[in-house]
This record gives sequence, C-alpha cells and structure tokens, in this order.
Amino acid sequence: MRLGLFGAKDFWGGIVLIAIGAAALFLAREYPLGTVVRMGPGYFPTLLGALLVLFGTYLLVKGLRSTERIEAGWSPRALIVLPLSLALFGFLMDRAGLVAALAALVVGSAAAGREFRPVEVILLAGFLIAFSVAVFVWSLGLPYPVLVWR
Amino acid sequence: MDLLGNLIFGFGIAFSLQNLLYCFVGVLVGTLIGVLPGIGPLATIAMLLPITYGVPPVAALIMLAGIYYGAQYGGSTTAILVNLPGETSSVVTCIDGYQMARQGRAGPALAIAAIASFFAGTVGTLLIALFAPPLAEFALKFGSPEYFSLMLMGLVAAAALTQGDIAKSLAMVVLGLLLGIVGNDIHSGIPRFVFDVTELTDGIGFIVLAVGVFAVGEIIANLGSANETRISTFGVSSLLPTRQDMRQAFASILRGTGVGAFFGVLPGTGPAVASFASYVLEKKVARDPSRFGHGAIEGVAGPEAANNADAQCKFIPMLTLGLPVSGVMALMLGALTVQGIQPGPEVMSQRPDLFWGLIASMWIGNLMLLVLNLPLIGIWVRLLDVPYRLLFPAIMAFAAIGIYSLNNSAFEVYLAAMFGIGGFVLVKLGFGLAPLLLGFVIGPMLEDNLRRSMLMGRGDPSIFITRPISLCFIIATVLILVLVALPGIRERRRDIAE
Repeated sequence: MRLGLFGAKDFWGGIVLIAIGAAALFLAREYPLGTVVRMGPGYFPTLLGALLVLFGTYLLVKGLRSTERIEAGWSPRALIVLPLSLALFGFLMDRAGLVAALAALVVGSAAAGREFRPVEVILLAGFLIAFSVAVFVWSLGLPYPVLVWR
Repeated sequence: MDLLGNLIFGFGIAFSLQNLLYCFVGVLVGTLIGVLPGIGPLATIAMLLPITYGVPPVAALIMLAGIYYGAQYGGSTTAILVNLPGETSSVVTCIDGYQMARQGRAGPALAIAAIASFFAGTVGTLLIALFAPPLAEFALKFGSPEYFSLMLMGLVAAAALTQGDIAKSLAMVVLGLLLGIVGNDIHSGIPRFVFDVTELTDGIGFIVLAVGVFAVGEIIANLGSANETRISTFGVSSLLPTRQDMRQAFASILRGTGVGAFFGVLPGTGPAVASFASYVLEKKVARDPSRFGHGAIEGVAGPEAANNADAQCKFIPMLTLGLPVSGVMALMLGALTVQGIQPGPEVMSQRPDLFWGLIASMWIGNLMLLVLNLPLIGIWVRLLDVPYRLLFPAIMAFAAIGIYSLNNSAFEVYLAAMFGIGGFVLVKLGFGLAPLLLGFVIGPMLEDNLRRSMLMGRGDPSIFITRPISLCFIIATVLILVLVALPGIRERRRDIAE
C-alpha cells in the first residue's frame, strides 16, 4: 500500500497543488498586502495561494485512501522531445529564420512520435515550409526573416 | 419592432464580400477539424487567433465563430460514419448514428444530423437576437459588486458542471486565476510573479497558455495513447431521409433545440452535456425505447440539434455580460480584447456592427455548412485517411508560428512548451483544463472588481449581499455548491461522466 502511492492520482494531484500554492504564497510575501478596504497587490495572490494549498491538502488526504491510479499509456519520449523541438523553433526563429526553425520543429516533433519515416518527414517539412513562407510571409506579410544567420 | 431592423442591419454587414469569405473559411476549417479526431476547436481557434490580428474585428469574430460551430457539424460526420466522435459534442451521436450507418442508412443519418443542426442553429441565432439586447440593457446597471458575484457564480458553476471531482475543477479555476494575475498590478504597478522577465510584465499571453495546454499538451497525450487504429468507413448511397424518418425526427429536433438552448446559457456545460441530456429525454419519451442503441433516428436528431443550439446560445452570456461560459467562449472574449474591444454589455451599443453582424453571419454560416456538408461528404470522409503522424507535426508548425507572431518573441514559445508539459501533467492527474482557462481569462477582472467593491463597501464584504442583484448571484453560487455536494446529484454526474 505504501509503495502504491507512486501511482496514486489524487495524492500527486494534491502534491502539485500544494507546491504551486506554497510557491505563490512564498512569492506573494514581498507584495504589500494592504488593508481590506484598500487591498494591496499581495492580497489576491495570497488568497489564491492559500486556496490552492487547501484544495491540495484535501486531494492529498483523499488520495491516501483512494485506489484510483494514474492511467498507464504515456510516452516519455513525446513529453521530452515535443516541447524541446518547440523551444528549438523559438531559438532558431531569433537566429536563423523561418526555414531553419520550421525544419527543426517538423523533424523534431515527428521524432517524438512512434513511427519516424525519414523520406515522408522531409517531404512534410518541405511542404510546410513552402506553405508557411507563401501564406505567412508573402500573403499575410508577417515580418519574419526567411533565411538568415546571426 | 427593431429586432427585424437590427437583423437586416446585421445581414447587411455579414453579406459583405470580406465577411462572407471569412465566414466560409471559418466553417470550412471548422468542418475540417471537426472531422479529424485529435484536434478540437479550442486548439484551432487558439492557434488561428494571432493571424486574425490584422483582420477587422467583425471578420475575425465571424471566422472564429465559424470554426466553432463548423466543428460541431464535422464532428457528427465522423461519429456516424466511423463510430468515432470527431468532437466531444458528438459522443452521443455515435450510439445510434453508427448503428444507422451499419444498417446502410448512413445517408439519412447524416442528412438528419445536418438538418437538425441547421434548424437548431437558426433557432439559436434568433434566441440570441431576442434575448441578448434586454440582457445587455439589464447588465448596464451592474456595478463592481454585481460583476464580482456574477463572475464568482460563473466560475463556480463552470467548475460544478465540469465532469469529475468539483474540488479538482475549483482548484483549476484558482490556478487559472493565479496565472491570470501574473504581470504588473493595475492598481499599484507592482510587478507580480514576473521574475524580472520583461515579456511577463503585461501578463501571460492567453494564446500562449491556450495553445500550450490545448495543442501541445494534447499532442503529447495523443502520442502516448494506444496505437492508431485503422478505421473502415461506410459508403453513403442515398442521402434523402424517408418521409417516415422526417416525421419521427421532427419532434426530436424541436425538443433537442430546447434542451440545447437551456444548457447553452449555463456556464461550464460543454455541448456533450446538452446532447447527452437530449438523448436521455428522447429515450424517455419514445414509445418504444428499446429501439435506441439500434439505430433510432431520434437518437441522432435530438442530440445533434441540442449540441448546435447549445453552441449558439453560449454566445449570449459572452456577448452581453462579458462572461465566458466555456473554454471556446473564453477564447472569443480574448479575441475581442485583443482587437481592443472591452467585452461587456457596452459591446452591443458601441459596436452594433460587430454584434448583429456576428449573429447574422452565424445563420449564413449554418446555411453554408448545410451545403458544404451534405454533397461533399465523400471528401470529408477521405480526410480520415490522413495518418496522425503527418498531422501532428503540421499542427505543431502552425501553433509555433502563431505563438511567435504574437510579439516576435522566442520567450513566449518557450513558455508555451512549458505549458504543454504542465497541461499534460495536469490532465494525467485528472484535472480539467477548461476551468483553468476560464479562471485565467476572468482572473484580472475578478480581482479588479473585488478591490473596487471593497473600496465601495469600505472594507465590509456585506456589500455583496446587501445589493439585490449581487445577492441573487451569491445565493445561486451557494445553491450550486450545495446541490453538487448532495449525493443524488453526485450519482447523476458520475453517470454523465461515464
């Protein structure tokens, strides 16, 4: 039963809420609370942080007794690779332009999937780059460098 | 009767070439994503929002609304032909719609679904035109305490009616409120939760949050779920429903429209709730309930009418009170704000072109959908053959460009990536994301009105219960909480969830 906590849905849900709430309370400490009549910038965040801790505690206690597990079936690869390739897109947009950024994003996110077919992915990337340059840069006039290096 | 005059005025605006074009693009994109499982209107609207910056507000709203109700039409196509709900709104349509398809009656099922949707859409449009103006008039009298209580009620109701544990939904609302107040405090100018990041001083962009949790988070979840199943579709031979079909479906469509309109104005009830309620009702009033589940046409007609009426009526509180009652409406509200329009009861008097133009466009859009869906059904079905492994990198590309184009800032792209991870984790832990988005959009307004109210009441919270309108909202809020806590309702909610 003790070991079972590792998969207990509400237990971990409670932990997450308490962590966020505590962080909010901690950060909001620096903002003036003000008075009830004239609430300062710290009043509302402190209230919300406290509420989150409260909800978190309720869930945690409930989770200790409940048998509900976190469903299996998630892909650690997708969880890491997909956000990374999105971040890479942002990084490259600032430095190398739309073409390089899109190429990295499409290949990167395709690599997050279960199946990776190189030829297909290259064709897809080529199509999406052509489409995006035509629609977003040429038609809609978004001010992106298409291809640069800085 | 200025209703007629207003409607004519609205049609005049909606019939401009530009608005017709945006309406068409909207319903087309809506149908497309409706047919495709794995991408919903929320993520799509969030992704396309940045592109609408350069478009006039009326056209932008018309297109985004088109995506929203277009997705409902598309969703039912997939439900009937392949027993796969393209959208959550069409889960119920699967039950009898797919059975009809198996009996070779896919055509009539699709036709009835489209006719029911169109009828409900028309009635929904009329309801907005009828009830929105007096409601907005009424809301003009609201002061800060009324707004605070109204928003509180909206948030609590949304949390209560979302599936699952209410504590979890309320927690998500609170988390959304917290994310919503990131940035410089409007009253004192003090930065809150900004961490010295200049991009955060104006707050978290709500598109960044929405795309992060709904597009990125959803793809992460999809990539982890069970393998793609190849689906076989049924051919569609004849579309025409028989006279008997029409007779059986007619009353169901009327009832479904009523049910949908009722649930439509309630906060937090997704279209799934409306269509489910309609299905239950149809089964109750049917002379022979055993036909349900074996291809009863009423089981398609009622729920399809209900989900469309629901979708249209969701606009009433958004347009008149500035209160979003669903995730999509939160996005619509965001779209208004982005266009520099302050949502609230003033919209109707200050921007009548926007209000009436949007309403008229909805009717035109519904008509377009009827034309678009029935004859072209074969093309839509073909779309299902596009494998997900090609689809999701494309979604990622559009999401990324959309976010970057907000401020040409790489930081917001990083932020969206983090929200993607966060959203996935929350969903895995059984939290709903729609309440989060509602809280996020309402957060700053809620705090502002709370602080103003306390100033007005000199620090005495009784200001919320001494003003009659505010008191009504507070009573309703308490009532909702009590009802949810009662065991009988709990059971019902569980039933709906299943």
